[in-house]
Amino acid sequence: MTETIRARAMGRPLERLDGRDKVVGQAPYAYEQQVTDPLYLHPVQAVIARGRINAIDTADAESLPGVVTVLTHLNAPRLTGDGDGDDRELWVLQSDEVHFRGQFIGVVVAETSEIARHAADLVRVEYERWPHDVELSADRDDLYAPDKVNAGHDTDTDVGDVAAALADAPVVVDHTYRTPMEYNNPMEPHATVAVWDAGGLTMYDSTQGVHVVRQRLAPLFGLDPGHVRVVAPHVGGGFGSKGAPHAHNVLAGLAAQVTGGRPVKLAVTRQQMFSVVGHRTPTIQRIGLGAETDGRLTALVHEVVEHTSRIVEYAEQTAVVSRMMYAAPNRRTRHRLAALDVPVPFWMRAPGEAPGAFALEVAMDELAVACGLDPVELRIRNEPDVDPESGRPFSGRRMSECLREGARRFGWESRDPTPAARLRDGWLEGTGVAASVYPRIMQTGNRAWVRYGPDGRYEVGIGAVDIGTGTWTALTQIAADALEVPVEEVRLRIGDTDLPEAAVAGGSGGLSAWGSAVVGAARAFREKFGRHPSAGDEATGTAPESPAAEDFSMYSFGAQFAHVRVHADTGEIRVPRMLGVFTVGRVVNPRTARSQFVGAMTMGLSMALHEEAVLDPRFGHVVNHDLATYHIATHADVQDVDAIWLDEEDPRSNPMGIRGIGEIGIVGAAAAVANAVHHATGVRVRDLPITPDKLFH
Amino acid sequence: MRVTFTVNGSRESVDDVWEGESLLYVLRERMGLPGAKNACEQGECGSCTVYLDGAPVCACLVAAGQVEGREVRTVEGLADGGRLDPVQEAFVECGAVQCGFCTPGLIVQTHALLARRPDPSDAEIREALAGNLCRCTGYEKILDAVRLAASRKTGAE
Ligand code: FES
Ligand code: FES
Repeated sequence: MTETIRARAMGRPLERLDGRDKVVGQAPYAYEQQVTDPLYLHPVQAVIARGRINAIDTADAESLPGVVTVLTHLNAPRLTGDGDGDDRELWVLQSDEVHFRGQFIGVVVAETSEIARHAADLVRVEYERWPHDVELSADRDDLYAPDKVNAGHDTDTDVGDVAAALADAPVVVDHTYRTPMEYNNPMEPHATVAVWDAGGLTMYDSTQGVHVVRQRLAPLFGLDPGHVRVVAPHVGGGFGSKGAPHAHNVLAGLAAQVTGGRPVKLAVTRQQMFSVVGHRTPTIQRIGLGAETDGRLTALVHEVVEHTSRIVEYAEQTAVVSRMMYAAPNRRTRHRLAALDVPVPFWMRAPGEAPGAFALEVAMDELAVACGLDPVELRIRNEPDVDPESGRPFSGRRMSECLREGARRFGWESRDPTPAARLRDGWLEGTGVAASVYPRIMQTGNRAWVRYGPDGRYEVGIGAVDIGTGTWTALTQIAADALEVPVEEVRLRIGDTDLPEAAVAGGSGGLSAWGSAVVGAARAFREKFGRHPSAGDEATGTAPESPAAEDFSMYSFGAQFAHVRVHADTGEIRVPRMLGVFTVGRVVNPRTARSQFVGAMTMGLSMALHEEAVLDPRFGHVVNHDLATYHIATHADVQDVDAIWLDEEDPRSNPMGIRGIGEIGIVGAAAAVANAVHHATGVRVRDLPITPDKLFH
Repeated sequence: MRVTFTVNGSRESVDDVWEGESLLYVLRERMGLPGAKNACEQGECGSCTVYLDGAPVCACLVAAGQVEGREVRTVEGLADGGRLDPVQEAFVECGAVQCGFCTPGLIVQTHALLARRPDPSDAEIREALAGNLCRCTGYEKILDAVRLAASRKTGAE
């Protein structure tokens, strides 16, 4: 167990420190950084899904007044390295090959963004077209097992004898569930401003991690990491899609090399985001549950088929949730991939858990119906004593409490389980429940410094970022408690690779990683300078060891409840109420945390009812590649969404006692809605999103 | 072309504006007013909302030439010197701001709603703000902020 810091500022609903700048429009995002005399970029995109560029004619574009140059694979600066592995996504303008529709094959550099865009349209390309394939199905004969799946998980697991257990089980539920291709769509599109001068490359970037951008880009540009600086004080959301640099970063870095030191600005358009900044893979999931008549699971099968791009393998860990969630003695999980001519998939909020828990938690609801059991009770009956996967005890698993507390607040006891039995004023009413889970992820290698300033305030520096989660505020609170001073005496500095090495804001683990390093730095500082430092005193520290991490299984948990109304004639679905009860360790700032939970639950509602990217198999592009046609939940879709959490701290996790909160809210949310739709209508939709047409056949 | 219009109370001229430029581009890139955001440039997200002659519009859909001689007010022009408008205050207080990218557009839209309907019902709020997308907050706290701002504005008047 690590020694936790005493919570004085932690736990208080401090107002967001960056709030004022944001409401007056003065918080500078990447594209708004002041640079002198910039040039503007607009990418040229491939309009075939697979093939080769035979000829690319930039003459008309280059003759347009205001165009400085057009870069293509023929004249772009060369990147360093062999362009293998994950770098293939970043291997931009280096060859004539096209691997997916929308791939960047050129970039216009011009005096204004409008001229650059106009010129990009004037670039003429002749292709050699090769047959492409973007269609995922479970019966393809080229499905393969990746070596590992995302986050380093095993591809397959087998415990016990699933086939025998399923054959013997008195109750079996065995179905296929599907989730579509989805897009993160943070409100701030990816943007970058690059300056290449004698000192190297400076990049103002909309990213979830300044150091990861540097670490990935420096070798590509043949630069020492010390000659790459990445800056990101404010980021307009990411949800995973900004967790690593993408092709546009490289495009900007290439263009910045040919402008004689003039900065270049590149704003990815909303439409372009559907090709180049990642997406959630579609999934086809088989869940097979075997149970005794009392609901106790004897077998759990979770087999997943999903896609990856042909150039970079990204294998979403969709079935991992089924390895640790319930105490089934016989378990099997599988991940199989189809490598297609699609853009590179990547992280989207709760990769793995979000689509995986949709399938598992709907299947659990089906099992409850099959056993004639209340779905809350079914889950409580299947609570494991220890982590079924690792055999270790949980550092905290108050799943049953979340279920019971949620049921109490939601008024669950009076629920009649009969489906399609509540018609009021033309609307069918129903309620549903699902469990949520997300691992506690601790990223290593973080450092921070503490300096005592002449103004009597402590400056705390670490290259963390605030993508909207509240880092500016919550990390200040942690620093204040680590130094045992009021928050007013702390001045936080983040969002710059000139600050110490910091992990990406991802895996719900940003604050855990950064906060631990800040605690380490504060302890080092106090050890060296005591409680009465002098101006200029400075100490650097790293995260204290957390030996308990080896002995315990650490996850956050939750229970989500949804109330839906489905119009009996039109199938319109409304969600008047959602409630989430979570157990996540300590909550550092209730005000910012609540928004994280509610925001993620709403993204889950959006996943349940709206979100679906439609790939056109003939051309290989996402047809609905904008916010007019890729729908996300709006104000009018959301009614009462509430989140609460159990009061606790997890001292085994880190010195703050936190486990992470950013993603768990989306996990299980779509299942709760789907289960409520079944309760309302009697129709089981296993295929997201739940649109009215699916209720009528 | 040259475009002359009033921005946040002061009369300004911008030269060399290309016919195809949007008001959003002129504000952000030529006038140093980054408050209005560009998140879709097709009128779908509301992040670029500004007042044009007192009516909220999507600046991404307004051609720069259309504002000649007219009056534009952006989020930068809502605070009274150092004093935040009650809408801005309420957004910070209620935790209605996360990444903040949707925030300026929502604040202008809310400001316009409350000017038109000082005491809106929840349904009216949801309807009025339905064109302003937010990917972070889940909207609950934005609703709270609008209610709080409404109560303060009516209380003060
Ligand atoms: S940028 Fe104007 S509505 Fe989205
Ligand atoms: S606060 Fe991030 S989009 Fe609204």
